[in-house]
Order: sequence, then C-alpha cells, then structure tokens
Amino acid sequence: MFEREINKANASVLELEATVTNLPKVLQFIDSNLEAAGCSLKTQMQIDIAVEEWFVNIAHYAYEDSTGMATVLMEVKGDPAAAYIQFVDKGIPYDPLAKADPDVTLSAEERKIGGLGIYLIKNTMDDVIYEYKDGHNMLTIIKTI
Amino acid sequence: MLNIEKKLEGKDLNVALIGRLDTVTAPELESELSSSLDSVENLVLDMDKLEYISSAGLRVLLTAQKTMNQKGTMKLINVSETVMEIFDVTGFVDILTIE
Repeated sequence: MFEREINKANASVLELEATVTNLPKVLQFIDSNLEAAGCSLKTQMQIDIAVEEWFVNIAHYAYEDSTGMATVLMEVKGDPAAAYIQFVDKGIPYDPLAKADPDVTLSAEERKIGGLGIYLIKNTMDDVIYEYKDGHNMLTIIKTI
Repeated sequence: MLNIEKKLEGKDLNVALIGRLDTVTAPELESELSSSLDSVENLVLDMDKLEYISSAGLRVLLTAQKTMNQKGTMKLINVSETVMEIFDVTGFVDILTIE
C-alpha cells in the first residue's frame, strides 16, 4: 500500500554523529518537517518515539564502543500523506525486525527491562523496512500523517 | 526537558512529571526516585503535564512499580490519551495502576 523507497532527491537530510546528546537535534529536524506537513500532535508523538528508539539504538550499539555517523532522511509524500524516515549507519549489521517481540502480557515482576523500543516502532508505525546494503544499515519507517 | 515536583506527606509521595520522559530525561527521574522511595509506602505519579514518554521512560516506571510492589502501592493519575495509547501498545496498562 506504500511506495517502499525514499526519493533521495526530494528528501530533507540530516547527517550527524550518532550520540544520545544529538537526539534533540534529530527530533527537532523531524518535528519541523512534520509541522510543515500539518501532522497532528498525536501522530507526531508516535513518530518521535519511533525515531528516538531507533536513533538511540544506533547511538548505543551500532559502533560498539566507539561513535560513528548517522544520516536521517525524511520525505513526506503520497495521498493520504505519509512520512518516510530513513536512518543510515555504517555500524555492525543489525536487523531489528528479526528480533522476537517481548511478551507484553507478563506481570511487572516477570517483565524484562529491554526490547520495548523495537516493539513500539513495529506497533505504532504503518510499515518498517530494513535493508543492509554496501556496508550500511538502512531502516525506513513509514507512517500516515 | 523534564521537571519533577515532589510532595512528601508522611509515607505518601506525590510526584508530578512535567514535560518529556525520554532517553535524555529518564535517568533524572530514575535517580530522583531511587533516592526518595526509602520510607515511602504510597507513590502517586501525576502525569497531567507529561507530554511524551518513550521506552526509556517506560523502563523507569517498570522499575518503580517493581520497587513499590515490595512495600506498598504505586498509582498513576491524570494520564493523557496519547500517553495511555503507549501504555496500551506495550501492555503497561495491565502492569500499572492507572486512575
């Protein structure tokens, strides 16, 4: 139901070091694009959460103990309009979609602390696409706005 | 940005969360709670002015819930519709006491 590709020629691009301190810059980039597209606050929050979860994942794990760059591409297109956001890093290959979902029916005592971020992305976005190409992790999230 | 306003009355602690509970601010809440819960039996988190919560925030709530399960109660009040949807998707509605 969605085009699966971002058109790089039309996308806004942000390239920066993948660190948790840079998260506010990434969200500012995403939010200014969403606001320009007339996105509702509720959808904006869901997209922000997905963006935070993945960017922080890159910051924590992609480059192991060192830091590296991440590129964020964003395009709003289609009818109804949808936000396409792609994250590109050169870190270790990691397909988040291959990971088993956490059991969200467990009690507080039985719950583990991790694994919720990816689950949130998968369950709040309309589509999530992972590709590993030419030494790059590429994760694209798509959400109707 | 997150502002944390605490009111302690005897063994009841009321904590109002104002702003965003995300990767950057969740550690602030975690350290505030870990240093204040010792003598507390009833913890109330007022979410009225909480605009945003990500999994980092959910993790802090889960840790607090586990701590309070050992010695008393924890409840969330004034949860907004958007935050409630995140609790819904993650199954946190069944773990937390939400009023």
